Amino acid sequence: MTDVMQPSVDAGPPALDVRLRLYQMMVEMRDFEKRAYDLFLQGLVKGTSHLGLGQEAVAAGFGAALAPSDYTFATYRGHNHTLARGVPMAPVMAELMARQLGLMAGKGGSMHLTSVAHRMMGSYAIVGAHLTIANGAAWSSKLRGAPEVTVCFFGDGTTNIGAFHEALNLAVVWNLPIVFVCENNRWMEYTPIGSVTAVPHPAADRAPAYGLPGIVVDGNDADATYAVAVAAFARARGGGGPSLVEAETYRHGGHSRADPGKYRPDEEVAAWLERDPLPLYRQRLLQAGVPEQALVSIEEASHRAIDEATELAKASPPPDLSLVEKDVYADGGAAWRR
Amino acid sequence: MAEMSYRDAVAHGIAQEMRRDPSVVFLGEDIGSAGGVFKATVGVLDTFGRTRVFDTPISEQAILGAAMGAAMTGMRPVAEIMFSDFFAVCWDIVANEIAKTRYMTNGQVTLPLVIRSGNGGGSRFGAQHSQSVENWAMAVPGLKVVAPSTPKDVVGLLAAAVRDTDPVLFFEQKSLYATKGEVPDGEIVDELGKASVLRQGPAATVVALAAMVPRALAAAERLAQEGIEVTVIDLRSLVPLDVTTVATSVARTGHLITVEENPRLCGWGAELSSIIAEENLFDLDGPIVRVTTPHVPLPAADALEDAALPNVDRIVDGVRRSVL
Repeated sequence: MTDVMQPSVDAGPPALDVRLRLYQMMVEMRDFEKRAYDLFLQGLVKGTSHLGLGQEAVAAGFGAALAPSDYTFATYRGHNHTLARGVPMAPVMAELMARQLGLMAGKGGSMHLTSVAHRMMGSYAIVGAHLTIANGAAWSSKLRGAPEVTVCFFGDGTTNIGAFHEALNLAVVWNLPIVFVCENNRWMEYTPIGSVTAVPHPAADRAPAYGLPGIVVDGNDADATYAVAVAAFARARGGGGPSLVEAETYRHGGHSRADPGKYRPDEEVAAWLERDPLPLYRQRLLQAGVPEQALVSIEEASHRAIDEATELAKASPPPDLSLVEKDVYADGGAAWRR
Repeated sequence: MAEMSYRDAVAHGIAQEMRRDPSVVFLGEDIGSAGGVFKATVGVLDTFGRTRVFDTPISEQAILGAAMGAAMTGMRPVAEIMFSDFFAVCWDIVANEIAKTRYMTNGQVTLPLVIRSGNGGGSRFGAQHSQSVENWAMAVPGLKVVAPSTPKDVVGLLAAAVRDTDPVLFFEQKSLYATKGEVPDGEIVDELGKASVLRQGPAATVVALAAMVPRALAAAERLAQEGIEVTVIDLRSLVPLDVTTVATSVARTGHLITVEENPRLCGWGAELSSIIAEENLFDLDGPIVRVTTPHVPLPAADALEDAALPNVDRIVDGVRRSVL
């Protein structure tokens, strides 16, 4: 029913500079999310947050394959995808910490990370909606004749909401340059996706119904996600239309905030921790002959970067209260009467 | 100057803007080849072709999502939701996504888009194809809400909506599609948030919107025969809301009557009444009266629907209750 791709076998591994970049991106994402969790426990990250710990190889693989003018749409679990577009850590962490320095000066919060300057077109917190919006960006690229592609990330739970189905159909009918990426981490919030879905692959198995390729990829293998991304983006950019990728992965933590994820069987968690994408990739690079010092340098630079970002965010004051009534409308204000 | 139907004014207004600005594209169900289910977009596809006019599947979320994504990346889409009742199946895109994204992103995202929709009763279509939902839209920060009552206003306000940098919900009242009016030649561009004073009279201020405007005018005519001369204001836009024009008139007349097609609870007249009561209480010489559809779904049978919607008798009675 679905095309299961084995890209590292088919095409060989990515070039060394790409692989080091993939490793760097994943290390930075991991450091960022671990710090976000620590700061949450300290009461410094407010509200809610949904961490991407364990799912780094998806955001990194696709992020590394994007051109600067391409568009990214992500979900409320979107820290990794935002960092993958080159958005600096400090404004992202400051947004989580509700500070003036925040990416949106604290007006959006963890679930709505957006940096239009980086073509990170938003993180959306209503399941499914952003697939339709991502279509619009891809449609716009086509209308303008611009060689841009759009990548849209979402979770497995999204595959059972109407907007998912509306979006896939229209993307194919309009032959849009878009790649849909389902991060199947097996659990919606507290319920396993397999227990509420009619087919084994919640995303890829639906693809044939809408006439687009459904590709299953190991979402914990950065070489594999990168190779699939390169192929799918090339297809979209070349006028070949949309693709639907299902990346099989696992979140190391709970759904959000302090959820310990205890509803998941211990053996399942242990098995997936064995397949943690970071040590897996580190080991592979060492085996490929990359000197360990090169990897240690990446790790140390990332540790310094997250420390600096944390300090910058902590030093930032809360947002100016004038922001409450700013930017409801395009005139910059909130006036609704004359 | 030409006489034109409200229906034809829609296509005329869309064409005016598409001719002017190549970034304006038009999408929706049955809008192209079929010319719209109300025949309000006849000829637009023939004029602009399939690179700018897009017939869509019955996928209201996909329609409005596409409009939003295109608007945030350089286009100015005009989307149609065939019946405003169908906003209920895509309200997430309207209320959570389109309305809030500028604010949530601290002004990074701009959404210059228009959503046109056939609104309101009078067609005997029953409860799921007859609602007046302008008050839903008005309740969501971030949206602008427009509802013209004449062909000229359709063209001018549609142009203003397309050129506006904010998302605008543009309600076309279905019961007005067949009505006719003079439309000046050449480009027409109006202004959002400006009410029209259609008739001046010292006895009371009657404020109406869309299909309730001709009824309010008819009521004013009947009252004039009894020697009661009232002012009639066509609000035209709910957001921005032209409070100044209404308050200025109430200061002269001392009486406010609102005529609303939406069901009573939280209708736009309630907001307007509360503003006048809060800010202009001592201008009032009688109770504010709201003439509305009662808090019911609209029934299908003509006799029942006519009894539910505000009519001339009820407006006349409403004025009397305020002034006497």
